Amino acid sequence: MAFTRTAAADPHRHLHAQAQWQPIELVFWAATLIPFFLFPKYLALASQIAIAALFALSLDLILGYAGIVSLGHAALFGVGAYTAGLLSTLGWGDPLLGLAAGAVAAGLLGYVTSFIIARFRHLALIMITLGLGQLIHEVANKASWLTGGSDGLQGVRIGPLLGRFPFDLYGYTAYAYSLVVLFVVFVFARRLVNSPFGLALRGIRENPVRMPAIGAPSPAHVRKIYTIAAAIAGMAGALLAQTTSTVSLGVLDFQRSADVLVMLILGGAGWLYGGIVGAIIFMVARDQFSGINPQLWYFWIGLLLVCVVMFLPNGVLGCLQLAAPWRSKAS
Amino acid sequence: MALGPIFGVLFDGFAYGMLLFLLSVGLSVTLGMMNFINLAHCAFAMLGGYVTVTLTNRFGWPFLATLPLAFCIAALVSVVFERLLYRRLYRAGELDQVLLTIGLAFMSVAVAAYVFGTVQQPVETPSFLRGSFSLLGVSVGAYRLFLIAMGLAIMLLLTLMVEYTRFGAQLRAAVDNQRMARGLGINVEGAFIIAFALGSGLAGLGGALAIEIVGLDHSFALAYLIYVLIVVSVGGLGSIGGSFVAASFLGISDMLGKYYLPELGAFLIYLVMIAILIWRPAGLLGRR
Amino acid sequence: MSAPAAAPAQPPALSTRGLSKSFGSLVVANNISMHVPQGARDALIGPNGAGKTTLINLITGMLRPDAGHILLGNDDITALKPHQRVKRGLARTFQINTLFPHLNALEAVTLAVCEERGIAGNFWNSLSACTAAVDEAYAVLGSLGLAADCTRPTRELAYGQQRLLEIALALATKPAILLLDEPAAGVPREESAAVFAALAGLSRNITVLFIEHDMNLVFRFASRIIVMVAGTILAEGTPQEIGADARVREVYLGGARHG
Repeated sequence: MAFTRTAAADPHRHLHAQAQWQPIELVFWAATLIPFFLFPKYLALASQIAIAALFALSLDLILGYAGIVSLGHAALFGVGAYTAGLLSTLGWGDPLLGLAAGAVAAGLLGYVTSFIIARFRHLALIMITLGLGQLIHEVANKASWLTGGSDGLQGVRIGPLLGRFPFDLYGYTAYAYSLVVLFVVFVFARRLVNSPFGLALRGIRENPVRMPAIGAPSPAHVRKIYTIAAAIAGMAGALLAQTTSTVSLGVLDFQRSADVLVMLILGGAGWLYGGIVGAIIFMVARDQFSGINPQLWYFWIGLLLVCVVMFLPNGVLGCLQLAAPWRSKAS
Repeated sequence: MALGPIFGVLFDGFAYGMLLFLLSVGLSVTLGMMNFINLAHCAFAMLGGYVTVTLTNRFGWPFLATLPLAFCIAALVSVVFERLLYRRLYRAGELDQVLLTIGLAFMSVAVAAYVFGTVQQPVETPSFLRGSFSLLGVSVGAYRLFLIAMGLAIMLLLTLMVEYTRFGAQLRAAVDNQRMARGLGINVEGAFIIAFALGSGLAGLGGALAIEIVGLDHSFALAYLIYVLIVVSVGGLGSIGGSFVAASFLGISDMLGKYYLPELGAFLIYLVMIAILIWRPAGLLGRR
Repeated sequence: MSAPAAAPAQPPALSTRGLSKSFGSLVVANNISMHVPQGARDALIGPNGAGKTTLINLITGMLRPDAGHILLGNDDITALKPHQRVKRGLARTFQINTLFPHLNALEAVTLAVCEERGIAGNFWNSLSACTAAVDEAYAVLGSLGLAADCTRPTRELAYGQQRLLEIALALATKPAILLLDEPAAGVPREESAAVFAALAGLSRNITVLFIEHDMNLVFRFASRIIVMVAGTILAEGTPQEIGADARVREVYLGGARHG
């Protein structure tokens, strides 16, 4: 914002500067390697955080950029998890194969449901996403011959990564794997939000009424981003199934949809980094407070939500940006 | 004789529907007026339930005497929240409203678990509401009959109030076209507070009446939220009649499903809701 | 009918046939048949509540008519969705600013240009790599005097600049027909002349239909005037014809009493 005057002279330089990698981003990604050296005992947690961050990143693409509120995002996560888990019970335990299959299965579900999603906004959209999420949960619950029902999927066996690195007890492989997937998807998402399509998504968020008046096929854009986000959520689900070797109905719970929303809002929606920062805070806090009564945990989560809405409308990152403008991104 | 079970199921389903009607009608009206998405609505219902449990079990009040208090306390507490928090977000986006109110719902669940524990709360109903009697050759639960009577009475009262009182006229104008209502000098804010209190009170009453049918524990505020939202979105925002129809329909079809197609479970309900919303995004009786 | 039959090969740029729309018992458009010739500068006038904005909403597809047809040239576009009509060259502005508050003017206009070029679905290339689109957007902004402030978020722009951005967004879609809903609404009188000066500078290839209440501006800029009252077309003709029309005078004197 400080360089408005000079940038105005050259629109290309202005747009280029917005998409440029900032030094602090490189520092951030370098810092994600710290657990390998300083907290080797917490690698399992670190891998859970990377998975949650990937899931939140997926929600950020539809909520933070296109303004689509979803209360049923766990459906896509869960389908990815069950796909990877089921494949492994059938003997296809290769992690990358499961990851790809999870992405494809969730992407397909996302594509089919996107035709419904793109038609709605406001309360009806919230109800539709909530209803679809509950519907998928109920299907998985009833189809126990396939999913194991409430007992969870039995016999999940994941092979070694790339045929060489088995998933160890300490979580070295799990964290390395999750982190690489997160980073690759992040780079993809970063390209996406800085592309013409990313601009169109922000247009939908900012003013859905104006979009058709400038010739924009908003429903087609929404279908596209919802399908992409669904595939990413499916990858996150597949990662969870593979790194923990378990799949239970919990992957489809409403609670999971609510949790990922909390993480994203806590970090700040519409930044890409918001979901990651929110996931770190949320997961570390939950780990630290795991000793306390789980009911009390939700008291603090609820209080946090109330406070964020009332006092921190742009999340932690929005707050940091006010203190020290390090990116002029979503302004 | 084949009529026996189906009549019984329909009866139970309708009674369940009346319960859902009480729980959801307030949310429908407040959503229609202010477009405010209150996901903490069932927390007020839960509050009503705990008021009744506490008064009967700890202070020995008769069940029926606790019901007005369940109504009043839920209404009063809801107004406090409305003044302190909700009213700041009337012009905010739906996301902020969802986050704030789901946060409140989470907190209510935690507080209930902290104060009352996580066990199901028992409640003692008067003897004439226990047991069952025979109606047209079918065994009918006395409590369910009581529920239906309450539901119909409140539906009647609400309709009379909306159609024939000054407040009702203001309410209809505000739901219909808020800007025009303000232009006509109607105190929309004031009418909204009353409607909000009334709606939350009815939810509190519903919560108290629900204990005997579906039980009461700390998770009530979230567990019944989805049913209430289904009633509201299917019935149409701001429509009392719509809520009544949708709640009856939902209650009966849920009961029929449980009785005849137990393997489908809640699946059917969600499917029907999505189908209705796709068919009529504004709900069955909604105008927008 | 009244138009001279000098060029029968050239149909009107825009016409409607028997367009009707009602909300419940309120009839907002009653059997409207009108036309706008190629390259015209037509004004749509009428008292408040006459249904002028409704007519624009019907023409652009934001409302579905109960009956009637809308034609661009000889093509019936009644069944097309709003964004498809924009692709056919029909663009509009809004009476109340309908902009993208957190996008800056450059981003907003670039978005419209990208949609016009069909590259808005591209999620792999960087926006700054689409140099031709950015240049075009910058040129549109420059032509309306918005270039200097184009990197400020829309909501920080002055009101008059936001009105110009409304027009810039419409122009970025490369319209053949431009519908302007009170382009200078809320702008002080001395600045509204600037808005109309910008419109006067538009290429004659663009057909313009504008709603305006200021009769001085109407008579200065309009080549033809269409008068609407209570959902119907009362009169259609040159400024001289309309100025001499007794019915129009009556409506306007009657309307003036209500303020």
